Amino acid sequence: MLTPQIVPYSEIVDLSSLGRIRKLLNIAKENKIVLLQGRLTKEEEAELIKITMEEINKDFKGVELAVIEPTTQNDHGLEIIKNRIANIMLGDRQGLTVIGPASVVKEIKKDPRKIELLTKDIKKKNKKRR
Amino acid sequence: MIKALKKFLSKFVNNLFNNKKHLKLGLYGPPNGGKTTLANKISKDWLGEEMGSVSNVAHETREIQIKEQINIKSNGKELSFNLVDTPGIATKIDYEDFMKTGMKEKEAKKRAREATKGVIDSIKWLDEMDVVVVVLDATKDPYDQVNITIIGNLQARKIPVLLMANKTDLKKANIKKIEAAFPQYGVVGISAKYGNNIDDFYKALFKLV
Repeated sequence: MLTPQIVPYSEIVDLSSLGRIRKLLNIAKENKIVLLQGRLTKEEEAELIKITMEEINKDFKGVELAVIEPTTQNDHGLEIIKNRIANIMLGDRQGLTVIGPASVVKEIKKDPRKIELLTKDIKKKNKKRR
Repeated sequence: MIKALKKFLSKFVNNLFNNKKHLKLGLYGPPNGGKTTLANKISKDWLGEEMGSVSNVAHETREIQIKEQINIKSNGKELSFNLVDTPGIATKIDYEDFMKTGMKEKEAKKRAREATKGVIDSIKWLDEMDVVVVVLDATKDPYDQVNITIIGNLQARKIPVLLMANKTDLKKANIKKIEAAFPQYGVVGISAKYGNNIDDFYKALFKLV
């Protein structure tokens, strides 16, 4: 069964980078799909991949990750500066980050404006294993 | 912080003595994009020998491989670098996927373990690079988050980036899709396997550094 868990940005804003990654990864390791308001920094995304690799075992095969960003192509001048200042002061709350455990999510197909989540047929897999 | 300071000082000294053309050039990208095929092509072209083994099974390269002192020449200019071929970066690794290719369970588990370590090493090595060529499979979806994360990290570290749209010999290859996904970067379409357009790659490299 697919269980999404919404994480508002306010829940991670006061955490350290490692704390943020830990929190999101722990949710994914419970076989839930994380829907994070906003996004991690690029460095945190790389660290998330690194920590995911360190924790791979027979039960945890890693994650599928996708970030969808709002279109800012039409923004100009003051709007861009305003957004940058807001990102520095408050964190990057725009967009949506999806982190799904690889055991549940087969693939996340993404184009700039939409995300498609392809899930695994768990029932079939369990039957096979029995 | 200390690393960044060391790197800055090293670059400053190199620039001072106009010796900035001895670089660490990293090949990065997702698994099976053709990084080692490109590394072999470069190494063969300029040193006359290959660098690593290639395979259709993902994560064939599981350790950082370095070829030192490659000197390339184009239009009377010379560029000297150490070529660093890195394991493909992925967010998931399942040993069962290797078993589907015919591997025995024990071997598949070993490969998966080594592959996870390879990904970690690739990410750790990002800070060491002076220039990076991101090798993408032009037949695949470029919007994959791994691609975006790698390129975003290089941008954050102010490392010059060149994108390779590899496997252009295949019908499904779509360079335009990669250009549309990363409009702020130069994209060169090549077939590392057959050497198609490799001269454009070398020219783009000279422009980048």
